[in-house]
Amino acid sequence: MTAVREIEFRDAIREAMSEEMRRDPRVMLLGEEVAQYNGAYKVSRGMLDEFGARRVIDTPISESGFAGMAIGAAMLGLRPIVEFMSWSFSLVAADPILNNAPKMLYMSGGQFGCPIVFRGNDGAGGQLGSTHSWCVEGLYSNVPGLKMAIPSNPHDAKGLMKTAIRDNDPVFFLESERLLSNKGEVPEAEYLIPFGQARVARAGTDCTIVAFGRPVLLALEAAQSLASEGVSCEVLDMRTIRPLDAGAIVRSVRRTGACVVVDQSWSFGSPGSEVASLVHRECFDDLDNHVHRVHSADVPTPYAQDLEQEYLPNPRRICEAVRSCLYRA
Amino acid sequence: MTSTHNAPATTTGSELPAVATELARSWLRRMLLIREFENRCAQAYQDRKIGGFCHVYNGQEAVAVGCTAAVGAADPIVTAYRDHGHALARGMDPRHCMAEMFGRVGGCAKGKGGSMHMFDRANNLFGGHGIVGAQIPLGVGLAFGTKYEDEVINGGKSSRVTLAFLGDGALNQGSFHEAMNLAGLFDLPVIVICENNGYSMGTAISRGTTMGHDISAKALAYGIESAVIDGMDVIGVYGAMKQIADSVRASCRPAFVDMRTYRFKGHSMSDPRKYRTREEEERFEKEDPIGRLKSSLEAHGVNDDDFKAMQREVRAQVRDAVAWAERSPVTPSAELYRDVFIERWGPYTGSSQPEMLGGSETVADFTAIDPEGDLL
Repeated sequence: MTAVREIEFRDAIREAMSEEMRRDPRVMLLGEEVAQYNGAYKVSRGMLDEFGARRVIDTPISESGFAGMAIGAAMLGLRPIVEFMSWSFSLVAADPILNNAPKMLYMSGGQFGCPIVFRGNDGAGGQLGSTHSWCVEGLYSNVPGLKMAIPSNPHDAKGLMKTAIRDNDPVFFLESERLLSNKGEVPEAEYLIPFGQARVARAGTDCTIVAFGRPVLLALEAAQSLASEGVSCEVLDMRTIRPLDAGAIVRSVRRTGACVVVDQSWSFGSPGSEVASLVHRECFDDLDNHVHRVHSADVPTPYAQDLEQEYLPNPRRICEAVRSCLYRA
Repeated sequence: MTSTHNAPATTTGSELPAVATELARSWLRRMLLIREFENRCAQAYQDRKIGGFCHVYNGQEAVAVGCTAAVGAADPIVTAYRDHGHALARGMDPRHCMAEMFGRVGGCAKGKGGSMHMFDRANNLFGGHGIVGAQIPLGVGLAFGTKYEDEVINGGKSSRVTLAFLGDGALNQGSFHEAMNLAGLFDLPVIVICENNGYSMGTAISRGTTMGHDISAKALAYGIESAVIDGMDVIGVYGAMKQIADSVRASCRPAFVDMRTYRFKGHSMSDPRKYRTREEEERFEKEDPIGRLKSSLEAHGVNDDDFKAMQREVRAQVRDAVAWAERSPVTPSAELYRDVFIERWGPYTGSSQPEMLGGSETVADFTAIDPEGDLL
């Protein structure tokens, strides 16, 4: 019998990391405040006590240095987990994480892989201003050689994190400060969720909403509200951006004939534009309207609360997009 | 336009007492091999057989040869883009090195890396890296990795030392300073070796680097011990590096080396060297590490005939490498989608090792997740 219990998103990530560290001594965690402080967002709470300072390592504020150091260690055969307190801070480590980790296998002709997980908070945390509110999925998913996971709930967070740690390629794991305290059912028994398998978060018949990470919850809210108007939405939680489960999107859109994509990154050259391109190519004859896209506004993230709410994808904007897509506006 | 870069103090090499003549002879041969290899690279570049950027190592041979001789085969090495010398010093077959530059499948990275990106797993060479300074944190990470393997996983004592090479131009990159801080902070067994040839591309060290006359001051700021070594004297390089490596291995504390050297050619193949004087170049040419070792060896029975025989040998070896590289097929288009990911998905067809390492498939046991091929 599998016990069912509810735990927080942050606990799910910690359980995944701890289980994998118990299983494989090559796995270790490093980052700013991960050890003595128990994690800036308490994701790694208690891990120093269990694994000790050799495997749970506080680094100075030196993202470029410790990201590069972890990549060197991964080339040698360790399997580091690197916490960025925020993905916004990963930009100063762009060279190691984009130029080294995802390209090492290719540039060395198959000799040196890079089994590493970079993880941290992605997206607007709540009035942090534009420098601290990066959604890196658009920027980083452009690069070949990396995988990108973006869970929306504790269950998926744990299963995807375990897969990420066992993966032999570099994985960019995008969490959300806004989700860390969310609770959800997580089985006690071990499970892994393979990359590239979308989840149908809500079944429906009129319109497919494709979403990644936190926007999945916003899409579910929108779908709930649209149901009262007699519109049946199917919400796909993509779980990973690379690999992207194109088959799941295409199969759903061929049934519904309509597609809205919700992606919290900026619109220009984004996962959202990639999905739109895919759907227009593969479902051209099935569509009654072009793909509608809901992104963050194409401006730096504003500080003021109301402006920030309007800037981000939200249920109202998603509902408007679905109605427009179905000619119900 | 004068460099404040100090000329080495002597014109003959160090004495031989501690070093067997045979060992020194092998260094002479290896330095001659690198010199000949680089000369043929320059030629092949002019003939457009080598594309992109190409940076030759003439003048700096004693650094790679002396440093690699001072450590063991299990000690990791990582370097910057002027890397052919390190690959050859470390033991890469010149055929695979040349074929890499020719963009052929027989290259050490199957022609996917090129001149600046020499990798050799069998010889623990973790690259050639093209972005200035990027390899220094990687080197610190290699040292972290060896220490972690030896102590945390195997429960023993740290046994390996990493050599991380950089040029003096990299001293001003953030990656150098972050890496030095981490190496000092975490007690990592790494020797950070600055091949100080006095110029970052066309900029003399005095024009781009504070404390350029004494860069070991930078190590002091990170609590890291340093040494200044005459990089034109291979016997001296070997002796000093052996001592430093032994000490780093025992103490597990990093070290920094200001390795004074000089590149005889330009930064890359297209550099007319207008930023320095012919007089300065001539002064350093008198310090040619090959000439200095040759003079040192004369007292130990290595005569002109031996030297010429050695030159003939390396010429034949490099001629063979060029011919081999030319015969190696252009990297087939099937390789375009290989080595992107270890695990297969969509168009990506897994990875395989280069010919140099036997060329076997190394796809991981993780099962394919895209049987229908519908993943992007």
